[in-house]
Amino acid sequence: MDRIPILQMGRCLLVTIQVDMQDQTALRLQDDLSTAIEKTGASGVLIDISALEIVDSFIGRMLSNISAIASVLDAITVVVGMQPAVAITLVELGLSLAGVRTALNVERGMSLLQLSLAEERHGDARNDDISSPGEPSTAA
Amino acid sequence: MKTENTAIDNVLTRLKEQILSDWMNDVGQIGDHQEAEALLAALHDAIRADADAEKIDDPALDKARNVLRGLSQTRAAQGSTAGETSQFILAVKKPLFAGLQAQLLATDPQRLMAAIWMISTLVDSLAQWTVTAYQRSREDVISRQQQELLELSTPVVKLWEGVLAVPMIGTLDSGRTQMVMESLLQRIVETGSELAIIDITGVPTVDTLVAQHLLKTVTAIRLMGADCIISGIRPQIAQTIVHLGIDLQGITTKATLADALSLALKKGGYVVTRPSK
Repeated sequence: MDRIPILQMGRCLLVTIQVDMQDQTALRLQDDLSTAIEKTGASGVLIDISALEIVDSFIGRMLSNISAIASVLDAITVVVGMQPAVAITLVELGLSLAGVRTALNVERGMSLLQLSLAEERHGDARNDDISSPGEPSTAA
Repeated sequence: MKTENTAIDNVLTRLKEQILSDWMNDVGQIGDHQEAEALLAALHDAIRADADAEKIDDPALDKARNVLRGLSQTRAAQGSTAGETSQFILAVKKPLFAGLQAQLLATDPQRLMAAIWMISTLVDSLAQWTVTAYQRSREDVISRQQQELLELSTPVVKLWEGVLAVPMIGTLDSGRTQMVMESLLQRIVETGSELAIIDITGVPTVDTLVAQHLLKTVTAIRLMGADCIISGIRPQIAQTIVHLGIDLQGITTKATLADALSLALKKGGYVVTRPSK
């Protein structure tokens, strides 16, 4: 059974999907990733799907599930490198992956992630300023 | 050979020149001597081979069909109508019947009837086949033009580093949208552009279906990791969109391509200045 590696880079997790995903692989990735986010306390997840040529509705839903799970665990997800054919397929399937950030390649995805994290930190800082000092911070 | 076919063969052999000239006189302008001669020869061969007039795909009619195919193609290219083409073919009957009548009326009226029936059926089915072939070649022309129009009307142009634009011209149907989507997404990957502008100045009407196609394209672009601006929305179209209750929320829209480009430059961090004189 293929297992998709999850790499840690600072506060981010990097997932590169280099094989055509099967349902089992996707389910396993979902499991592994949520465990990894919990364990490392990562605040950003970057999923590179540039090698993914074929998607079906299940894999499409998996992608949006993974990002929803990540956001529940307070991590931002960026999906990068989607192929045109994959994008068209997902649109035709009616999956618009709302709430998932996207970027053209890993480099831009990384900078988008850094930007979003920085914004979030600023936002948190401002919120902290407004809230009373005794209130617990949302950051893990 | 069937007896009526022998009679026809006889007439065709003896009176070939006579029939040809009568035929040409009858049809006048729309006739062509060479075509007529080839067709008559093919008809003669078919009669000799006892062709089955009811079955147009009879191998004995191969030659006749080849002649007619060429004829319908040249006539379609010259722009003459299907009616003229079939009229030309059907006009061969009269001189043929005249020849047969002269030969058989007094001696063997029964055979005359059979021969006329044979010729009539054969020429009719050939004429019908020609009209079909003519129509098919016209349809080929139309579909080729459609294809060319499709390819011509959806160019993806690079406006600036990282900015692509598609000026859409003509009605948007699902085929066109699919083509635009594919070529645009492909160019986004090739050039690494982060912004695409879809200009709909040339789109005459926007209904719910067109809007849905546009939304699909925008979503696909977003999924790829690029941004999209729709520009060139004319006042009437803006009104239609609102009246139809189409939701374009979350999509950046601009009135003109110039506005879209200036927004694109701003997003890219460019500043346009004019050096003071």
